[in-house]
Amino acid sequence: MPVKFNMNPKKNPMPSQDPNVRNKNFKEVTLGYTEEMAIDEAKRCLNCKNKPCVAGCPVNIHIPEFISKVAEGDYEGAYQIISLSSSLPAVCGRVCPQESQCEGKCTRGIKGEPVGIGRLERFVADWHNSHSTAAPDMPEKNGHKVAVVGSGPAGLTCAGDLAKLGYDVTIFEALHLAGGVLVYGIPEFRLPKAIVQKEVDNLKALGVKVETNMVIGRVLTIDELKNEYGFEAVFIGSGAGLPRFMNIPGENLKGVFSANEFLTRSNLMKAYQSDSTTPIWQARNVAIVGGGNVAMDAARTAKRLGAENVYIVYRRGMEELPARKEEVEHAEEEGIIFKTLCNPVEIVAAPTQNPRDPEYGTVVGMKCIKMELGEPDASGRRRPVAVAGSEFEMEVDCVIMSLGTSPNPLLKKTTPGLETKKWGEIIADDNGLTSIEGVYAGGDAVTGAATVILAMGAGKTAAASIDKYIQGKNA
Amino acid sequence: MYKILKKEALNPTVTLMEIEAPLIAKKAEPGQFIILRVNEEGERIPLTVAGYDREKGSVTIIFQIVGGTTELLNHLEEGDCLHDFVGPLGTPTETEGYKKVCIIGGGVGCAIALPIAQKLHEMGCEVHSIIGFRNKDLVILEDAFKACSDSFHLMTDDGSYGETGNVCVPLNAALEAGERYDVVIAIGPLVMMKFVCLATKPYEQKTIVSMNPIMVDGTGMCGGCRLTVGGETKFACVDGPDFDGHLVDFDEAMSRARSYPEFELKAREKACNLFKKEVQ
Repeated sequence: MPVKFNMNPKKNPMPSQDPNVRNKNFKEVTLGYTEEMAIDEAKRCLNCKNKPCVAGCPVNIHIPEFISKVAEGDYEGAYQIISLSSSLPAVCGRVCPQESQCEGKCTRGIKGEPVGIGRLERFVADWHNSHSTAAPDMPEKNGHKVAVVGSGPAGLTCAGDLAKLGYDVTIFEALHLAGGVLVYGIPEFRLPKAIVQKEVDNLKALGVKVETNMVIGRVLTIDELKNEYGFEAVFIGSGAGLPRFMNIPGENLKGVFSANEFLTRSNLMKAYQSDSTTPIWQARNVAIVGGGNVAMDAARTAKRLGAENVYIVYRRGMEELPARKEEVEHAEEEGIIFKTLCNPVEIVAAPTQNPRDPEYGTVVGMKCIKMELGEPDASGRRRPVAVAGSEFEMEVDCVIMSLGTSPNPLLKKTTPGLETKKWGEIIADDNGLTSIEGVYAGGDAVTGAATVILAMGAGKTAAASIDKYIQGKNA
Repeated sequence: MYKILKKEALNPTVTLMEIEAPLIAKKAEPGQFIILRVNEEGERIPLTVAGYDREKGSVTIIFQIVGGTTELLNHLEEGDCLHDFVGPLGTPTETEGYKKVCIIGGGVGCAIALPIAQKLHEMGCEVHSIIGFRNKDLVILEDAFKACSDSFHLMTDDGSYGETGNVCVPLNAALEAGERYDVVIAIGPLVMMKFVCLATKPYEQKTIVSMNPIMVDGTGMCGGCRLTVGGETKFACVDGPDFDGHLVDFDEAMSRARSYPEFELKAREKACNLFKKEVQ
């Protein structure tokens, strides 16, 4: 069916809650396109022959094809096209950094704004989830067992792909709830947990077993999974692990947290609900150190928990913030104050020296130094350099360190022969294979802290490799 | 779900439970801990393993009723189930190669010290035990300690049972008399461990302490359990919970342990009120 193109240079804006309302609640910030908006936006796609957007997608979703289906009003058809490549579209439509992936490559972006691919993906996934009632067909079992360690985006994707091929898949999750970073890290207002639960339920409907409270490396080792429990292959998607700190004075004061802890308390342990059994630090002035998506999540969570002033303290400039553009914009709209070109040098404690004083060891401020950008470093980004004599102190009663993570050493320590890089990232080849036969890995455990979609891509690749390996072995 | 196979009140505020958890029972070692949740909305609390029966497939925990969660836990009975029970977490206590060890337990910390004393005793090590309590009513595990100890002191602060004074009294006396151990292992309240370390330091007597800080996941992800040990930041859940006591910054650990005093008080009241209502 020929479609009349929509040549508006701007994307259809995303309906969202008013910033001054939403910064006091934990409901989802963006509300999603209506059908009219989706069709109008879909018609902005020129259906380019060379499809630059597809090359920009880590899992190569057939983007122009699904968008044409949306333009025709065939939303379920659009969903089926996305499903060929992605197992978590409702998640990716919300959390992918589209501006540096599909949308960054969009032809419409040359003379205006790119097509809102992420918003359309989300629309399609949400439409499917609220309209489709058919349970997925249970695939015919092929009798081969695969273990998946970790239930984050890499593990869920790998498990889903293998289950569809008929494998008997068991996911082992260390926490009490499946979803990994999607449930402990990303807040409700950005990714409602009901969506993650739906994805997990879909996997269960495909026959995937989910064993929570299983810390692999402690309760069972990888070797035991293979040799005693009959898993022919193991996929490690155990995530990034230990939070990094700056090693500056005062980091262990009361009121200093890793973003992981702060967000886990709020998200997984539901401290954002007033009747929660999990305590969370109540603060008026909060500084978040770092500029990634996790820093934005922590800042916006702190604001919603009632902080008056929330600062993002980042050593480079606004242009260099690694967070998704939309998250930065949302944070600014919600009143988060950006202190860029600024680096902490010390966290200051209450003056009392009496350990019995409740104030003893509690944060009251943070000393920072101003930075300027010098020559580009190895990463190509301009290196921040301290400006001599520019120290100043911020009055804060909470500091949240959001500086990334280093891999958890547990699996390396307990899996003889599992090779890792210098900082502990598991070494895996392009097919996801580690140094041990039958053991594959992907996601942050391999790359260090990265994105949901890259982890999904790695889970997909590993699933295909595992299938090839097991079929080859049994041929 | 993890079934409570046995429940026993050791004293009015300390309870022992045996939990059905065969996989954990198979792997647990003295010094490691578990994390549990009582119900679906519950907080995660870490408790050090107080014992295990590999054949029966059970893990023993001993807890003091101090907050909302332990209050709820104490209201469960044999046959009831815990919602979550995960472990074994942390690094086991080093027990290899020791010939003479002094084990010091304070209060409910005795529950964690006991399996270490028992293991060392079984391995043929000479075990000197000192256990301390505030008063007679709070004494636990006396006979079990006696059974695995070559020398034994039971102390109460008020002298209502055993000898009068804290655990440092017999420790100081022994050290002064020239007694030396391959290691002193102290497990109990932070303030007790701090003073044991102050007592052993002048004698350069190696001292290991078991830290039990606030934590969320217990697998290394949250960093809430961090401590300063020898000037470096360590995570109790993956680097510990055992550390060289002479290197631990106890004042910082005590400050961090009191991060949520008001919340804890309220949670306890809430749990108590809940049960009062049930009674009415």
